[in-house]
Amino acid sequence: MLNPLNTSQEQVHNQYAKQALSMRILIIEDDLEAAGWLSKGLSESGHVTDHASDGETGLALATSEPFDVLIVDRMLPKMDGLEIIRNVRKQGIKTPILILSALSEVDEKVEGLRAGGDDYLAKPYAFSELLARVEGLVRRPDTEPQQTVLLAQDLEMDLLSRKVKRAGQEVLLQPREFKLLEYLMRNAGKVVTRTMLLENVWNYHFDPQTNVIDVHISRLRGKIDKDFDTPILETIRGAGYMIRAHKP
Amino acid sequence: MRINLKVLKTSTFRLAAIYLTVFAISIGAVLSYVYWNTVVLLQDQTNDTIGAEVQGLAEQYRQRGLSGLLEVIKERSKENTGSVYLFTNFVGRRMAGNLDSLPVGAVGNEGWFEFPYSARTQTGREKHIARAYHLELAGGFTLVVGRDVEERRKFAGLIRTALFWALGLAAVFGVSGSLLMSRNFLARIDSISATSRTIMAGDLTGRMPVTGTGDELDRLSLSLNDMLDQIERLMSGMKEISSNVAHDLRTPLTRMRSRVEAALRSNVPGEQRAALETTLVETDQLLVTFNALLSIAKAESGQARAGFTDVDIGELIEEMADLYEPLIEDQEGSLNVHVEPGTKMKADRQLLAQMLTNLIDNVMKYGLDPKTGQPHVELFAGHSAGQVTIYVADKGVGIDEKDHQRVTERFVRLEKSRSAPGNGLGLSLVKGVIELHNGTLNLQDNNPGLKVVMRFNK
Repeated sequence: MLNPLNTSQEQVHNQYAKQALSMRILIIEDDLEAAGWLSKGLSESGHVTDHASDGETGLALATSEPFDVLIVDRMLPKMDGLEIIRNVRKQGIKTPILILSALSEVDEKVEGLRAGGDDYLAKPYAFSELLARVEGLVRRPDTEPQQTVLLAQDLEMDLLSRKVKRAGQEVLLQPREFKLLEYLMRNAGKVVTRTMLLENVWNYHFDPQTNVIDVHISRLRGKIDKDFDTPILETIRGAGYMIRAHKP
Repeated sequence: MRINLKVLKTSTFRLAAIYLTVFAISIGAVLSYVYWNTVVLLQDQTNDTIGAEVQGLAEQYRQRGLSGLLEVIKERSKENTGSVYLFTNFVGRRMAGNLDSLPVGAVGNEGWFEFPYSARTQTGREKHIARAYHLELAGGFTLVVGRDVEERRKFAGLIRTALFWALGLAAVFGVSGSLLMSRNFLARIDSISATSRTIMAGDLTGRMPVTGTGDELDRLSLSLNDMLDQIERLMSGMKEISSNVAHDLRTPLTRMRSRVEAALRSNVPGEQRAALETTLVETDQLLVTFNALLSIAKAESGQARAGFTDVDIGELIEEMADLYEPLIEDQEGSLNVHVEPGTKMKADRQLLAQMLTNLIDNVMKYGLDPKTGQPHVELFAGHSAGQVTIYVADKGVGIDEKDHQRVTERFVRLEKSRSAPGNGLGLSLVKGVIELHNGTLNLQDNNPGLKVVMRFNK
C-alpha cells in the first residue's frame, strides 16, 4: 500500500528513529539522486549508510566490510544485481539483502529471491515501506521460527495450542486473526506495512483499492486491546502497524 | 537459361541432384544388364548355328566324301543367307565357299574368331563383320564356317546408343527439372522473405502469399499469417493503450506540474507543504493507475498462461470473502457466499484474486444500495459440465444495458461514478484476466443491481 494521506515523511522518520536499532546499510544503486534520498532517509532514521554506484564496487564493498543489510538495485553498470547477490552468497555471506527493482512482475520477484535475496521491493516505493522492510530483514534472535511461544509485553501466543492471552486472560481469535497477530508478533518492535501483511498473511501480491487491511486490524485490536488502557497494536501513521516487544 | 547461383544452393536442387544421381546409376545398371545379356545371347545363338552347320558338314563328309562336302558348300555358298564358307586344300587354295581366302586372323589357330569381310548385298558389296569357326581337317584341308554378325553388332550398337541417350536425357531433364523446381521454390521463398522484410520495415498489414494449393509452403504461409494477425491485434491494442495512457497519465501529470510550479512561486510556507502533500497523494494514484495498466498488459499478453496451476476456485472465493467480510460488516452490509465443493481450474491465482478484488472493490465504490448506502455482496463459485462459473452480484444501481460493452474499455468511467475515486481500469483488468483464462464475461441485471458472471472452461 502506498503512502496514505496527510502524513509527511518527516513524521515517519521521527517516530521511527526513537525505537529502531542503528544499522550499517550498503546501498548499491546507480541512480545517484535516488541513492542520495535513500541514504538521507535511512540516516534520519538512525542508520549508517554506504553507497556504491556500480556492481563491481558494490560487490567488493559487500564482501570486504561488515554490513547489517544490503540494498541492491537489479540493473546496474558493470555487474547485474542478481550476480552480485549470487556472488555474495557463494562466499558464504549471510547478510540480509533487499532487492530494489523497476521490474515488478511476480516472476521477477521469484527470480530475485531464488538468487539469494531476502525481500523484493518494486520501484517506485514509499520510503516508509522500504524502511519497514529493511528493518524487518534483521531478525531478532528471540523470534526464530522454531519458537513455540511468542511474547510481546503482556501478550502471549502459544503456537502449539493456538491460544492467545493478554495479561493472563485468554483472547478468542478467528484463524485469520490469529495468523495476522502471529505475523505482527514475530515482527515485534518493527513496523509492518499493509503490503507486507497482504503478502505474508494473505499471500496476495497486489494492493486492493479499499482499506480492507485496516478493518482487519481494527477487529483484531478490538479483541486484544478492548479492556486495556494502553493499546498494544499501534498504528504508525504513514507506514503501517507495530506491536512493541516491550513497554515504551 | 541463366543459372542463378542461389538456385544451386537450394535444398530442392540438392535433393533433386541426389535423386538424379541415384536415378542415373540405376538406369545405367539396368541398361548395361540388358546390353550384356543381349550380346551374350546373340553370340551364343550365332555359335549354336555355326556349330550345327559344322556338324552337318561333317556328316556330309562322312557319308558322301570330299566331293559331297564340296558340293554342299558350293550349293550353300550360292544362297545369300548370311553364312560364310571356305574350304581350302593344303596349299591354301580355295576349293569351295564364298570367301576368297583364309582371313588373316584365322591363320595358325583353330577355333572361334571374328573378321571383316566383303559381303554381297542387293546394292553391291559392303564391309561386314563375320564370326566363324576354323577347323583343320586331315590331309591339310581347312574348313571355315561362319555367320555374318553385322546385324548383331548393329543391334548391340543400338542398345549402347540407347543407353547413352537414356543417361544423357535423364541427366538433361533431371538437371533442368531440378533447376526449374528450385527456381519455382526459390521464387516462393523469395516472395515470403520479401513480405517479411516489408513487415519488419513496419508495415504490419502485409501477409505471406498463399497459392491455394494447400502444399507445405501454403501451410507455412497460413500459420505465419495467423501469427501476424495475432501480432497485429496485440500491436493495435498496444497503440490504443499508449494513446489512452498518454491521455490519462498526462492529465494528472499536468495538474501536478502546475501545482508544483504554483507552489514554487508562492511565498506562503504552508501552501508549499500542502502542495507537496497533494502531489504525493496524486503520485501514488498515478502509480496505482500505472500498475493497473501493467497488470492488464500482463493479462492480455497471455504470457501468464505458462504459469497456470490448479486453483481451487471455491477456496479462493472463501479467502476473498474472508478478506472483505470485516469491511462489509463495518458498513452494515451483507455478504453471501455460495461455493460448490470441487470447483477447480487451471489458473493464475494472483490474477484471479486481483480480478475478484477489483469486482468487490467496485461494489464497495459504485454498487452500494442507493437507499441505505450499504454494500450487499453475493459471491458464487460453481461448476457443471466442464465449466466453472463465478459471479459477483450487488444490490446497487447497476449498469444500463447500453453501457455494458463500454465499461470494460480502458479508462471508461460512467457519468454517475465519475465523482468516486478510481481510474476506469478495474473492469478492463477483469476482462483481460477472463480472456487470459479463455473465459467469457457477462454483465447482467440483478434486479436491482449488477451481476458480473464469468464462465471458464475447466
